[in-house]
Amino acid sequence: MQEISQSLSLAVALITSLDSTLLSIAGLSLRVSGIAVLAAALLALPFGAWLALARFPGRQGVIAVLNGMMGLPPVVVGLLVYLMLSRAGPLGPLGILFTPAAMMIAQALLIFPIIAALARQVIEDAWGEYREQLVSLNASRAQCMRALLWDMRFTLTTAVLAGFGRAIAEVGAVMIVGGNIDGVTRLMTTAIALETSKGDLPLALALGVVLITMVITINLAAQWVKSTAVKNHG
Amino acid sequence: MVNRGQPVDKKGVVIWDNARNLLVALTGKSRFLVATLVGMTVLNIASPGGAGTAFAQEKFIVVASTTSTQDSGLFGHILPLFKAKTGIEVRVVAQGTGQAMALAKKGDADVVFVHDKAAELKFVEEGFGVYRRDVMVNDFVIVGPNSDPAKSSGNDVIAALKKIAAGKSPFVSRGDKSGTHAAELRYWKAADIDPQAGKGTWYRETGSGMGPTLNTASAMNAYAFTDRGTWLSFKNRGELSLLVEGDTKLFNQYGVMLVNPAKHAHVKKHMGMQFIDWITSPEGQAAIAAYKIEGQQLYFPNFVAQRR
Repeated sequence: MQEISQSLSLAVALITSLDSTLLSIAGLSLRVSGIAVLAAALLALPFGAWLALARFPGRQGVIAVLNGMMGLPPVVVGLLVYLMLSRAGPLGPLGILFTPAAMMIAQALLIFPIIAALARQVIEDAWGEYREQLVSLNASRAQCMRALLWDMRFTLTTAVLAGFGRAIAEVGAVMIVGGNIDGVTRLMTTAIALETSKGDLPLALALGVVLITMVITINLAAQWVKSTAVKNHG
Repeated sequence: MVNRGQPVDKKGVVIWDNARNLLVALTGKSRFLVATLVGMTVLNIASPGGAGTAFAQEKFIVVASTTSTQDSGLFGHILPLFKAKTGIEVRVVAQGTGQAMALAKKGDADVVFVHDKAAELKFVEEGFGVYRRDVMVNDFVIVGPNSDPAKSSGNDVIAALKKIAAGKSPFVSRGDKSGTHAAELRYWKAADIDPQAGKGTWYRETGSGMGPTLNTASAMNAYAFTDRGTWLSFKNRGELSLLVEGDTKLFNQYGVMLVNPAKHAHVKKHMGMQFIDWITSPEGQAAIAAYKIEGQQLYFPNFVAQRR
């Protein structure tokens, strides 16, 4: 218990002092997960909408696989990306192993299924309700997808935020493909893992508190944007 | 249930009209999104430490090394000195010795800096590494509960292990094929004990790094085999203290080598050799000797001593 109170005060001290190392690590975490979530969302939202509207044999199987992939073990994704990006692997010549780009790729792969699966569910529910109107207007499949995605945008932000939460909290994949290199690929989560292995549990926990604070702040900001947008568009 | 929190869209028709009108805005938005994405990518590639540094002609090498050298803080002490002198940034990927060499075999590092001499010589023999040199030694120690139920304390590692096994006192092992794990197994063998027989009862393998293993030992109040550097910089000691040290058998050799450029053409041979030359130079060796925790020297440079 003493350690927990110790790390809480340490966390407050870290945040208020704006420690430059902490700022750069936190900034890198935000940058990596932000770009990963952006890339994943740009692909996963249209894919989820397509899957919601499409009818083809084996569709239920695809949905089950997609839903199952929401639980992809980060370590496995990390290993796969490592094998692809390793010098001995097919994408080796790019030379991006142990760089932030490698971590973005791993995180984007990890959260694509989450955003796609949640989007599929949301769009399919909406499709059930608006189908008649959209069909009566002779809307094409693509038009339907776009209309539903746009109309469900506020609900879909939750799916995107879920992906972001998973990305920024994940340690297994980025540890493998990033290498936790000081000043280059050290993120909040890998720094926490490192301090834990050094036995500095109060500092590790304090970093965890900082990370949680960051994620909550971002969610609050997203909520504020959402409610303002609802008000304005409403 | 038509309304999902959007106040206006009371009817599907309204939604559709709304959506069609907004499609214009959406395409405008997506253009904005694409622009943002491109902008962020460019920013990312241009910024220091970003993805782009992989393509830029920046001066850095990747060194595959062990958790002990990183966790003990040695790299934090010597690498800034090397960078100040040569301008070369050293990016350390710290893993167990076995993992570090597996990484180097694939060509994902320029230099290997580990501590399992037998495995290193094999690595060189198989043609994966070149120019191997001894760099320094540190020593292993055995830590355990303050009360020392096995009465193991002293300076004889073999006798201590025998007592721990005889008393079936809880012992936590790395179990991860690291250099430290390999060394621990050698001492068990020398003591003529098969710790695997005690698996599940008094002998526990964590399958993780030195730090996590010490955390486990601390929580279980068990004995553990560790290197002095990690122990000295380890903060979560709980009821543990240093019990066995000073046996000459416990010395542990670190070696450095270049990943064979003949196998992996992209290896930064010139900069890698600069690092190897520096760390074995009088200046580099002095920097290693100068690193202390709580007034204790952790690593003893020994390249000069064994130079032919």
